[in-house]
Amino acid sequence: MFQRCSGHYVATFAVDEVRVLRKVATEVVGLLTDAFDHADPVVVRLFPEVYPDDAADAAEFRQYTEGDLKTAKIDQAGAILAALPDDTGGEVRLDNEAAEAWLRALNDARLAMGVRLEIRDSTDLGAELDDAVATDPGSSRMFQLSVYAYLGYLQESLLSALID
Amino acid sequence: MPAPDRPWVTIVWDDPVNLMAYVTWVFQKLFGYSRGRAEQLMLDVHHKGKAVVSSGTRERMEHDASQLHAYGLWATVDRA
Repeated sequence: MFQRCSGHYVATFAVDEVRVLRKVATEVVGLLTDAFDHADPVVVRLFPEVYPDDAADAAEFRQYTEGDLKTAKIDQAGAILAALPDDTGGEVRLDNEAAEAWLRALNDARLAMGVRLEIRDSTDLGAELDDAVATDPGSSRMFQLSVYAYLGYLQESLLSALID
Repeated sequence: MPAPDRPWVTIVWDDPVNLMAYVTWVFQKLFGYSRGRAEQLMLDVHHKGKAVVSSGTRERMEHDASQLHAYGLWATVDRA
């Protein structure tokens, strides 16, 4: 869906896609600000312990780096919010810097959802979706799985446009 | 014996979420590795569960780990 077009990366989004992306990016900002909690498994994944076997060194590293990392992650989620059209469908046009921020932000959002959905190496997303459709199509898990799959598709598409 | 000027390493661990093409791109971007080397490292992470992606001073490795965390990779620092 993303295409390279005279030095920019361009895609057209439907109104539902814009709403989903806005919601997801806003949720990531929420986790990093008001709802920030070191006990949240999503925070544990987004801010890995750099010295897993040395609590004192790990705490010291966190003390010096966590603020900057948090700011970087808020900024990259903000890059998604800044580039989305208002609550309508429309074109998103990213320069190189914004495209890279989108890639990192989409990745953060996928990591957060992956933790909540308990995605494993062995998870077969297609089979999970089929199962959710068959058993409970209106469920929150069904919705979250489709958003997770959509974000992966979007990230892959933007990355391909950037690399090619 | 590790080389005396490269006493620390940055390790990237396998993760069920990160896309393989994305991990390869991050290694190229952050370390300037060729596509081939970056792909091999990505495959090592994927198949062996982890891979050493850089080595050097402790300060440098902490910097590399922070950068990797900004890209959402799961990185730790250890002695070589």
